[in-house]
Amino acid sequence: MIRLTFDPFDPGALLSEFSRGRTEVGAVATFTGIARAETGSTTTLELEAYPGFTEAQIGQIAGQAKVRFGLDDVLILHRVGRIAPGEPIVFVATAARHRREAFEACDFLMDYLKSKAPFWKKEHGPDGARWVEPRAQDHADIQRWDKETSK
Amino acid sequence: MARVLLFGRLSDLAGWRDREIESPFLSALRARLAADDPDLGEALAGPGVQVALDQVIVRGDAPLNARTEVAFLPPMSGG
Repeated sequence: MIRLTFDPFDPGALLSEFSRGRTEVGAVATFTGIARAETGSTTTLELEAYPGFTEAQIGQIAGQAKVRFGLDDVLILHRVGRIAPGEPIVFVATAARHRREAFEACDFLMDYLKSKAPFWKKEHGPDGARWVEPRAQDHADIQRWDKETSK
Repeated sequence: MARVLLFGRLSDLAGWRDREIESPFLSALRARLAADDPDLGEALAGPGVQVALDQVIVRGDAPLNARTEVAFLPPMSGG
């Protein structure tokens, strides 16, 4: 399931809900991204999405991840709007028969979300606001998965 | 009238995020936007800016109909 939310969320509650009643699955892996304040400054993040398009694009990648890693299920919850330092910004959960697939699918989905998912991120700091674009490292991270495909 | 949507830094630059504009082709729409606001025109043609027509990414030119939603998407960053 793919969901965007303007409201803060509780990763623990999401994990409990995602894991409940799974008897065929041996592994659930999760990743929680947290909005970070740079060097003690009071930076607030503002995330913009393209409603409908953003969920559809993430849904396509989640579908690819399900096939590639043989997942039983995926949950992606992403914040939009204003996010205070310390608040969770993204939650990814993957369920698979075995741990390796669950871990790798989580990693793959986060690399995608960082540099390819339709979000636009603005940092409001002490020196004003600026738009954040993917770093070279983010591009390198997503390219790892292309290489592994062509092996 | 095509419905034009700007996201991220593009809407800050233009000072608007949603506007109805009459144009038969995407190329003509770009020319019109650039004529009205040269800085925006340059930004829309810049590296990494993608275009979606009715929520499907397109490359190159394309015809627009009266209700096409045209979204200009600068480089994306989530998580």
